[in-house]
Amino acid sequence: MSGGQNIEVLDLSQSSLRDVNALLQGDAKPTGAFFKVINPRGAHALACGLDSEIEVEVEGHTGYYCAGMNKLARVVIKGNAGQGVAENMMSGEVRVTGDVSQSAGATAHGGLLVVEGNAAARCGISLKGGDIVVKGNVGHMSMFMAQAGTLVVLGDAGDALGDSLYEAQIYVRGSADNLGADCVEKEMREEHREKLQALLDKADCGEVAVSEFKRYGSARALYHFKPDNVDAY
Amino acid sequence: MDDMNWSLRESHSFDRNTIAEIRRAAQTGLYRIRGFGAKRQVPTLDDLVFLGASMSRYPLEGYREKCDTSVTLGARYASKPIQLKIPITIAGMSFGSLSANAKEALGRGASELGTSTTTGDGGMTPEERGHSSQLVYQYLPSRYGMNPDDLRKADAIEIVVGQGAKPGGGGMLLGQKITERVAEMRTLPEGIDQRSACRHPDWTGPDDLAIKILELREITKWEKPIYIKCGAARPYYDTALAVKAGADVVVMDGMQGGTAATQDVFIEHVGLPTLAAIPLAVQALKDLDMHRKVQLIVGGGIRSGADVAKALALGADAVSIGTSALIALGDNDPAFEEDYKKLGTRAGFWEDYQDGSDPAGITTQNPELASRLDPVKAGRRLANYLRVLTLETQTLARANGKSHVHNMEPEDLAALSVEAAAMAGVPLAGTSWIPGQS
Repeated sequence: MSGGQNIEVLDLSQSSLRDVNALLQGDAKPTGAFFKVINPRGAHALACGLDSEIEVEVEGHTGYYCAGMNKLARVVIKGNAGQGVAENMMSGEVRVTGDVSQSAGATAHGGLLVVEGNAAARCGISLKGGDIVVKGNVGHMSMFMAQAGTLVVLGDAGDALGDSLYEAQIYVRGSADNLGADCVEKEMREEHREKLQALLDKADCGEVAVSEFKRYGSARALYHFKPDNVDAY
Repeated sequence: MDDMNWSLRESHSFDRNTIAEIRRAAQTGLYRIRGFGAKRQVPTLDDLVFLGASMSRYPLEGYREKCDTSVTLGARYASKPIQLKIPITIAGMSFGSLSANAKEALGRGASELGTSTTTGDGGMTPEERGHSSQLVYQYLPSRYGMNPDDLRKADAIEIVVGQGAKPGGGGMLLGQKITERVAEMRTLPEGIDQRSACRHPDWTGPDDLAIKILELREITKWEKPIYIKCGAARPYYDTALAVKAGADVVVMDGMQGGTAATQDVFIEHVGLPTLAAIPLAVQALKDLDMHRKVQLIVGGGIRSGADVAKALALGADAVSIGTSALIALGDNDPAFEEDYKKLGTRAGFWEDYQDGSDPAGITTQNPELASRLDPVKAGRRLANYLRVLTLETQTLARANGKSHVHNMEPEDLAALSVEAAAMAGVPLAGTSWIPGQS
């Protein structure tokens, strides 16, 4: 977080979710305004629908859909996050210091989601353009039907990775032994190495070598419905 | 048929439609995908009649005594409920499945009568927002084009769990309709066969859905009514669970509901007829003491003011129309008979909405075909049709002595078949017998 600025503390043990969200969602604030939310106690739908360049730090674990549909804001969750963190994010950044539950970053159109721990099943499901970096492992069916955007996994990927993938890209450093339908390993070219390096840098991944990753994408064999593909459906 | 040999006998089991389908399947190896809705015969609202007023009931004067048609939707939790002037809404249909002109025409026609239109898979277009005075924004499993700005621009949000044509099925839009604009709105490559998911990506079941609704309300400041739309699978339990999850409005879509592209086997063989679905949904609301508090919109095969009035009498608050609205715009217009023939069909039989070659310019993205539909004139036709539906509904309400269309009740109805009596929960005509209840 930027230093030398006023910090407004919002205490969820004293204020209602509606009041906290209304304050964070309020009309345009000065760029970089900084809020600290304390006592989240697993609250659902916290800091969702933000749409200005503010910074929000949540001190503790959050429930479902934290930072859902985020736009422009930077949200840091110092703890674990429940289902659908940063779902349908449009832009900005969401960072979780712990683990995240299912469907992290689902359908995100833009922005960056960084998970310092592990992500459960369906991470990046139906991704539409956002970038996700998971420093631990991701669960099964991650990037199911993902259309655009990128998932970077520093650990291992669970079963059926990238099932029915469209044009989204996946980079995995650990094992990805069980790929989903139409997901294949692809050649890592210079443009991919550059893109991956940029994402690793943005996510503060430290000394991680791009050369340790493999790239996965769509074989594009299921883009047109054909009886010959029946076994894949 | 004129040269038909009268000694020929067509099989009921293997009639010409069945033989044609077996031959088609044998040639292609693919199931049939088509648009429109169920074409098989099922018990319908036609199997009910109104009793009318006589010695024991007092009618209202046609054209003179007021019969109110206004509907408020979403007052349970939303601070800005929807106010409709008529109890007939336009069902969700996507830009992509429909042309931009068709979406504009739907908005124009509905707005003229003071009712709402609904977006579809693929997001909100400026055309439909601009021409719809009240626009319901569908929140679908695919989330194509979903963004918080459009969510806030909407007047209500409809979470789509399913639709009558295919309860339990996802969507599809075949490559010939995925033009550059459609592809861009859906973040997909141009020209591919696009599949929409059948389950939402970030919630499973009513407990999760309650939290999803909380998120949508938080993002829209608790202003917008939230609908939950279900295909008529298990209407009693689906309605009860929708109420439990926090819906302001339940939309129940019977099996006659239309589709832009679905497997024929799905259209014809999954889901309950609208007639059977309404009483089950109403019963769930009554058991929870939520009838009229959570509103019920019923869709699927609504064609006339008689259908509207019967659905309301059974306990619905409003109906939604899709297929009949497209027909009002110009779908299956005999003026395009020669074009239909070139496609191997006829006006009145056209159902290949998935194909993109619609001669009437409604279910297409082909610019030449789409330009055939004048959105102003087509919107006027829809407005006229909505007027007729409303007048017919009022006529039937007055005939039963009701000063508001919501005052019609099952007691005003009788059934013409044992099946309809059992499904609707009203007596078989000429008897006091309700099968299963008495």
